[in-house]
Amino acid sequence: MSFDVAFILSTLPAFLKAVGVTLQVGLIAIATSLVVAVINTAILVYRTPYLQRAVGLYVELARNTPLLIQLFFVYFALPSLGLKISGFAAAIITMTFLGGAYLTEVLRAGVEAVPAAQLESGRSIGLSEGQLLRHVILPQAGILSLPALFANFIFLLKETTVVSAVAVPEILYTTKSYIALYYKTYEMLAVLTLICVLLFLPLSLLLSRLERRLQHGQFGS
Amino acid sequence: MSALIEFKGFNKFFGEHQVLKDIDLQVRSGEVVVILGPSGCGKSTLLRCLNGLEVAHGGSLTLAGKELLSKATDWRQVRQQVGMVFQSYHLFGHMSVMENLLLGPLKVQKRERFEAQAQAEALLARVGLLDKRDAYPRQLSGGQQQRIAIVRSLCMNPQVMLFDEVTAALDPEMVKEVLQVIQGLARDGMTLLIVTHEMAFARAVADRIVFMEAGRILEQSAPESFFTNPQTARAQQFLEKFSFVESLPKTPHKELS
Ligand SMILES: Nc1ncnc2c1ncn2[C@@H]1O[C@H](COP(=O)(O)OP(=O)(O)OP(=O)(O)O)[C@@H](O)[C@H]1O
Ligand SMILES: [Mg+2]
Repeated sequence: MSFDVAFILSTLPAFLKAVGVTLQVGLIAIATSLVVAVINTAILVYRTPYLQRAVGLYVELARNTPLLIQLFFVYFALPSLGLKISGFAAAIITMTFLGGAYLTEVLRAGVEAVPAAQLESGRSIGLSEGQLLRHVILPQAGILSLPALFANFIFLLKETTVVSAVAVPEILYTTKSYIALYYKTYEMLAVLTLICVLLFLPLSLLLSRLERRLQHGQFGS
Repeated sequence: MSALIEFKGFNKFFGEHQVLKDIDLQVRSGEVVVILGPSGCGKSTLLRCLNGLEVAHGGSLTLAGKELLSKATDWRQVRQQVGMVFQSYHLFGHMSVMENLLLGPLKVQKRERFEAQAQAEALLARVGLLDKRDAYPRQLSGGQQQRIAIVRSLCMNPQVMLFDEVTAALDPEMVKEVLQVIQGLARDGMTLLIVTHEMAFARAVADRIVFMEAGRILEQSAPESFFTNPQTARAQQFLEKFSFVESLPKTPHKELS
């Protein structure tokens, strides 16, 4: 078996772009998932009738169905209802659907870990329930759930490879395209593996350092 | 002068269990009332009802003439007038000392930062902790945290302060620094309701002792007469448990030495 290094070099610009797309999908999805999770957590904390039920149902549904099937539903089923969307939009919507559910679980666990005494202490100086959530509960829940939150960020970034199935030109899609066109299977899989290692491992290390810094800064040593 | 705080026929249940029974208690402005009684008799619950952390079930409770047990009561308003300090301080762990102190004044009372901060600094200096303004609670000793917690309540300019066993979680050498702060407030003429197991302190600081048992007030009297000549057998038994009561000085010390 010969290993075509020249071919690999010729694909690098395309892969560089693909890494950009992966990061773009991943980071946007993380941000939108966080927004969804904060809203859901507020609904759960206030035990909002009906909405609370809906959030519970959503979390179960999103976590217990395969991402690929969610993606196909958004990309192929929604257009038949008259909603035409691009592969990129479908990717973001689906990743948010999944990520929102996971991050809701993470934040909810964080909120439950905030001692009840902190809430009483906040109420006793006259904070409203909204102020309590904003200034006491969410910051503390955020810090308490940082490790789980960051683990889920990495998880979501890795899951972006699934959106290759709807022709979003991220790293896996780019790999598969080259294999289909040129049959350079080993070379392309090697590149993909290398990219995964170079991309996710440093990110993971970076996040765990950030986590220590944040926890130190927030709580003192 | 009419009472600042008045409980009348006040009742409180936890489920079937009645923890406060027909409480009648008046506290005048500037008065220091110490509540004593065995564990579980309802002292904490009484204080917590006064700032809405517990819901009452009957009778009447007024603050400055206003009925608090009505549906229209704005507890956020009441809590600004009734400061509460807890046994385990409960400072906000993710905020520096100064952020802890300013949260209420800035967010609840919408005051100007420079004015609120000046007050917070003056109060910190008064309890000897101005140099800790940028520290986080975890970096402070229990006694320091408790003094900060007292300042946090004072920053709201309350009319009344409630202290629920605020030295019970402290090492003995830190008890004094906290009690001195409370004694300073008493001397300034602030209205205080204090639950404590520090008998010497109760005797020194109280204008009146309220003795409770099993959800009822059994006895209310001046500290000297309560400690030397309790009216009820239950109070006598209670005091005997604190064996060091005998060794207390015969005249009240107004200063903690
Ligand atoms: N949240 C609650 N739910 C049910 N029962 C409670 C609750 N809080 C207190 N109680 C009960 O109410 C009674 C009075 O409790 P409270 O905490 O007021 O007593 P206390 O006099 O402060 O006791 P201690 O000296 O131990 O602090 C006790 O019998 C206690 O078990
Ligand atoms: Mg108690």
